[in-house]
Order: sequence, then structure tokens, then C-alpha cells
Amino acid sequence: MTVFCYDKTFEGLLTCVFDAYLHKLFPDTLVGEGEPLPLFHDELYTCATDTQKADRVWKALGKKLSNDAMRELTIAWMADGYPKVDELLFRFIRKAVDAPKSIEVNFADQDVLALSRVYKQVSYERMRLVQFARFQKTADDIYFAPFEPQHNILPMAIEHFKDRFAGQKWIIYDVRRGYGYYYDLHTVEEITFTAEESEAILKKGFLADNLLAEDELLFQKMWQTYFKSIAIKERRNPRKHRQDMPVRYWKYLTEKRK
Amino acid sequence: MNAQTIEKLKILAESAKYDVSCSSSGTVRNNKKGGLGNTVGGMGICHSFAEDGRCISLLKIMLTNMCIYDCAYCVNRRSNDVPRATFAVSELVDITMEFYRRNYIEGLFLSSAVVRNPDYTMERMVAVIRNLRVEQRFNGYIHMKSIPGASRQLVQEAGLYADRMSVNIEIPNDNNLKMLAPEKNLASIYQPMKFIHQGVLENQEERQKYRHAPRFVPAGQSTQMIVGATSDSDKAILNLSSALYRRPSIRRVYYSGYVPVNTYDSRLPMLKQPPLVRENRLYQADWLMRFYNFRVNEIVNDTYPDLDLDVDPKLSWALRHPEAFPVDINSADYEMLLRVPGIGVKSATLIVASRRYGHLGAFQLKKMGIVMKKAQYFISCRELPVHTINELKPERVKAILTVGSGKKKIDENQLEIPFEK
Ligand code: SF4
Repeated sequence: MTVFCYDKTFEGLLTCVFDAYLHKLFPDTLVGEGEPLPLFHDELYTCATDTQKADRVWKALGKKLSNDAMRELTIAWMADGYPKVDELLFRFIRKAVDAPKSIEVNFADQDVLALSRVYKQVSYERMRLVQFARFQKTADDIYFAPFEPQHNILPMAIEHFKDRFAGQKWIIYDVRRGYGYYYDLHTVEEITFTAEESEAILKKGFLADNLLAEDELLFQKMWQTYFKSIAIKERRNPRKHRQDMPVRYWKYLTEKRK
Repeated sequence: MNAQTIEKLKILAESAKYDVSCSSSGTVRNNKKGGLGNTVGGMGICHSFAEDGRCISLLKIMLTNMCIYDCAYCVNRRSNDVPRATFAVSELVDITMEFYRRNYIEGLFLSSAVVRNPDYTMERMVAVIRNLRVEQRFNGYIHMKSIPGASRQLVQEAGLYADRMSVNIEIPNDNNLKMLAPEKNLASIYQPMKFIHQGVLENQEERQKYRHAPRFVPAGQSTQMIVGATSDSDKAILNLSSALYRRPSIRRVYYSGYVPVNTYDSRLPMLKQPPLVRENRLYQADWLMRFYNFRVNEIVNDTYPDLDLDVDPKLSWALRHPEAFPVDINSADYEMLLRVPGIGVKSATLIVASRRYGHLGAFQLKKMGIVMKKAQYFISCRELPVHTINELKPERVKAILTVGSGKKKIDENQLEIPFEK
């Protein structure tokens, strides 16, 4: 078994592709630096990320695949909640390079189909953020939304929030990955809180009361009231309710706040 | 804003909740400098799902529920003893803005009971959305209902602020409508629909001349029909829908299973439960007309005036037309693939794209998400044994496919139509 070890960046992955073709040595598995190696391996190749190599692979791919497929690739890369997504991408890229014509719509191929599924899953979760992010207004007029996505999707949704909420300061924070974005009415920058800070800010998914704007709890209460009143009792449908709004998102949903 | 506002919100949300439409689709508009909000294209965004499983996209609310009319199917009718409330214009504007800022909603869906007279009511509604657009520079989505009987002028002004407008037909037959809603008739309902339609057409012309002319109801209009409150057949309902869809300004027809809110009224049927299965079948049929190129008389006609509650309308059509099957997966055209039960728009597209690379077999079809359990009786591909609808006979296929899905439950594997799209 051949193992490639790399830095778990997208450029790193593309460099792996380059080196594999260069040395005619193809990995059976990919591991990140410092990750445990599989028990049985014959060959370990450590791949040093090289932007120039990565660039050449990307350009070569661009000749084989449509722009849409290229976009799908970069988005699928954000699926860090999906096991071994890098190996799937590697196989896909290899097939794309080897095939005489574009493989991107050959859904009879397992990897092509799997990639399109991963892409859908990630885009789907981006949509979940757009739907279910809930801002709480703080005393200093910042609207704060914590979120815990399965995949690393914040970067893909920032443009949406920037356009929609251009007139207010906001923070969207990925609690699982420990980073977020702050918009100060002009630009968006990446921010991180320390574990202690996070703990002090968030109580069970919601901002501590002393941090809130004066009328924040009133509007939370209003939204909860509205949420209850708008349901038609005769049509209660808990199964569909959970299916469309999975329980794993409830933690940060104002209307589900206990 | 205080506890009293919360009480009003509660009353007026409960009054508005029987309106099915909540979609925020059909407009793409970026935010403007100094403004709040945008609308995204495609299907709109559901921000939450109520416990009845319905999408919450817009703040669906009535400006007031004090009605001078007495429609038999409505909770807010004059003769009901229910709590009444009225929002001040500024109050509702504030709630909308604050909800929007917190990402609770895509915008506002404003309706109202009729107070004093149609124009007075409509004027106050227009005041709310004018304030939102002009003073608050709100760029989110606005859906406003037009009151039957309101003047053309007010409809015209509302259309400049609203993304979508709607007038609910409720009952597809004039006599039944007059019986249940003595103050209304179909003509009074069609009139504002016509105003909106004309407005849309005029606006299109204007925008061809002046690209920057303001848009008029860019997301078109929608309407709703109540199902099961009268004896009207599915054929009557779907024929009306199909006629409405021929007008380009009509984007959606909603079907609302009658919820028996006024059980004391003997003009209405006694229902233990709203007819949800029938409602779902109507949505499926509507879907077939809009996305699967079915003509209305292929779905309902004199021989089959009502939809089959046991199977979805597409399967139902297939069972009535065994001569159209089996469909060859590797050569049939897209239109025909769409007619196969178990194959949807997505999988039909996948099939057409993939078969250029080689023959497709059962394994690949399954992988692509085709519901083989159903499709197998209607298709042929290389390695499938021949047990199609023609060998087995339609009755047998229907029996196999409805096994275990009793009358109460909707078969989950059947053509699933999301409630709000
Ligand atoms: S006009 Fe009829 S349907 Fe509308 S609120 Fe009044 S009673 Fe209800």
C-alpha cells in the first residue's frame, strides 16, 4: 500500500497529483501531516506543497473539465465532515486527467457520482446556514450568529450575508471549527475566540444575557410566539418538521430555545 | 413594543395561518446602498419549519382580523367570537425589520380582514409596505394580498412595492362561493387579478422602452383554492388551475385542505380531519402540469373526475396507459423518461447525460437514485427480467406498489412534493 502524506490543503492535494504523475507512483491512501499511518504500508511518500505544481495541475484540469465541474471540485473540498473526501477528489482528478474526454457527467462512474453527491451535500449545508443562522443583537449593536456545520461551509455563505445585511455589523461564528467572520459595515475579516472566550460568550448556544441589547429578549420572545401561533394544530406533522429542520441545528435556533 | 404587541402578534398570526402560500420565490434583487436585505433567485428561502411541517419563509400576518364579511370557511368571519386585534402601521413595520435583521424571515406576507370597506383596508396595507420600501429601504421580499373590490389605483401602487400579490379564489365555482361567502363572487375576485395581470403586462412593455422603469409585482401573482369544503371535483379544480397557468402572470396555485374551523355551520361538511391526502395529490397533479408536460385532461377527465388517493397521479396515468410502456432507458427521449413512475426530473436528466458514455444497467440506475421498486415495471434495460406492466397487468402492479401503504398513510416512496416550493 502506498501512502502519500501532505499538509491537507487544496494546493497540497494538487501537488500530490503532480508528484504522482511525475514519479508514476499513485497513492492508495492520503494522510495529513502528523496523522497516524495505516498499519500496513509499503511506501510512504511525503509531498511538499508547491504552488507552481498545483497551478499546473489546475490549469491542465481546466482543459478537461467545464467551469462548473471545476467549481464543484473546490466546493467538494470543503466537505471536511465527509470521511476521506481528499481521496475521492484525488481519484476523480486522476480519472479526469486520464480520460480522453470529460468524465464529469458520466454518472455511471462511482467516483463521478460520489463527487456530485458530496458537492450537493456541501451546497445543501451552505443553504442550511443561510436558512437557520439566527442573529442575536448585542449591547454594542453587533448581530451575532453561532453555528455548528458538519462541513466547512462558512466561507461560501459570507457573500450572501454581506449583501443582505450590509447595513448592520455582524459576526457569524463556526463553533465547531473555532473561527468566524466579523463584518464592521465595511469589510469582512476572519476572527477567532479562545476557548475561554467562547465559553464566556455562549451559554447553551445563546449569548449571555448581560451581553444582549435591551430589546433582544423581547424579539426572541416574539419570534417564539409567532412560531407557535403559525402552526395549524390539525395538521401537526412532527416527522416532516424534523426532516426539514434537523434536530442537530436546533441548538442555535431561537424558536427552539428552551 | 411590549407584552401587548406580543399578544397582537399571536392573534394576528393565528388569523393568517390558514393561507397556505408562504413562498418567497421569483425575484432576484441585490441590496442597495444604505438598505437592508435582498432577495435570492430560485425557490426562496425557508427560515424555519412550523410543527405542522410547513415552511416559514415570510412573516405571514394580518394587519387586522376585524372583518365586516362573513365567509363560512374563515375563522375571522364577523359572526365568530374570537379575540380581535389590529396593528398600527409602524408596529408591523418594526416587527418586520427586527425579524429580518435576525435572519428569522425573508420578508413579509401581508393580508388583512376587510375593515370598513375594501379601499380603506387596502390603503392601510399599502401604507405598511410603502413605509418598508421607502422609509426603511427594505429590500427583502414582500407578498401582499389584494382585497377583492379594491380600486385599480391602490392595486397599482401596491404592485410597485410588492414582489408578489395574490387574490385567493378559495372556491372554484361561483354558486358555491356565493353560498359560502355571501359578500363575494368570482367576478369580484377576478377583478383585482385582472388589475395585477394588466399591470404586469404594461410594466413589461414599459421596461422594454425604459430599462430602469420600476418593476411591477416581479414575482407575479398566486392564488389559493380550498379543497374539500364544497363538492367541487378535482377535475373542476385542476381545470381552473390549468386555465390560470395559461396567464403568464400567474405563478402558483395553492391548494388548502379545508380545516373545519366553523363546525357549527351546516353549509360546510363535517370533517374529522383536513383532507391532506387529497391536497397532496392535487399538488402532485399541479406539479405534473408544470414540470412534466402533462395536459390537464390526461390527469383528470370525465371518466376520472377525481384523483386516485391510493397512488400518485403519475403512477395512476401509467397504470391507465400500459401501452406506453416499457420505456427503453437507453434510447427513450427525455419526455418519455419523465413519464416513468420512479423517475423524476433529476434522474431523467442524469440518465440522458450518462448514457452517452455507455449502456446503463439496473445497478447504475439504482445508484442514480431511480426508485427501482417502482420503475422496474415500466422500463427495459439490458439485464432486467421482463416483468413489466404488460406481463403483470396494471391491477397487479398497483396491488404490489400499494401493499403496506394503507389508506391513512401517504406512500413515502411516491412522487414527493415539498409542501412549499
Ligand atoms: S373577507 Fe372572508 S375570508 Fe377574508 S377575513 Fe373576512 S371573513 Fe375571512
